[in-house]
Amino acid sequence: MVKINGTQFDISSTILSDYLRQADYDTKTIAVEINEEIVPKSLYDKTVLNDGDVVEIVNFVGGG
Amino acid sequence: MIPTKEELQKAFEERHGKELQKLFADAVVAVCGLGGLGSNIAVSLARAGIGKLIIADFDKVDITNLHRQQYKANQIGEYKANALKQNLQEISPYIEIEEHITKITEENISDIVGEADIICEAFDKASEKSVLVNAVSEKYPDKYLVAASGMAGIGSPNLITTRRVTKHFYLCGDGVSDVDSTNGLFAPRVMLCAAHQAQTVLRILANAE
Repeated sequence: MVKINGTQFDISSTILSDYLRQADYDTKTIAVEINEEIVPKSLYDKTVLNDGDVVEIVNFVGGG
Repeated sequence: MIPTKEELQKAFEERHGKELQKLFADAVVAVCGLGGLGSNIAVSLARAGIGKLIIADFDKVDITNLHRQQYKANQIGEYKANALKQNLQEISPYIEIEEHITKITEENISDIVGEADIICEAFDKASEKSVLVNAVSEKYPDKYLVAASGMAGIGSPNLITTRRVTKHFYLCGDGVSDVDSTNGLFAPRVMLCAAHQAQTVLRILANAE
């Protein structure tokens, strides 16, 4: 199981970029942290979600 | 009559306690983007007696900024970094301000935030927020980052919160209220989000987080 923004998903071994596409995230407006560490955008398509990973995906909206 | 540095320091110490005030006075905080969020964050931090603020924005004060940003009508057309420096020094005459009139990019970010203990993301565009948060987290994983997302619209003020996403990364806002899909930006709600960011900075410095 992979915990994403507090919810458990049965998606171990999924590539991060595949998950982001499937969940309809725009990679231009997000930041992804896995186990407390930022994932550089250049590594989204090389990063595998492992069993037990804790993932935080922050989606920014405009305004300031 | 402007008080002396010693008089002001004594007043800060009376309000915050000597120990806490020293932590604030020794701190360097960067505010990236000087619009509704950044100008209000900077004013709060200047009032709190933060020793040094690094403020950065490429833009000039526009008439449409006055409804929520800490500028005055007679500052329209001035660079925000210059205008805000002046306003901050009127509030807190002995604060050290390092202003940058530039667009912050992945290339120049180290020159701007390198010295800061804590960095506040206070941009307007979602994509620019993302670029800054990613760049700071990659280059400076040990620096604290306080960002904001979702403070537009006439929605309830009670939905604005602060969340600790990871050890060094805090996110303020309601997370969803986009400026493009709401009826604009309103001073109190934007100021509230800025206040969350500024208070988070003080809490980090006070080791209360």
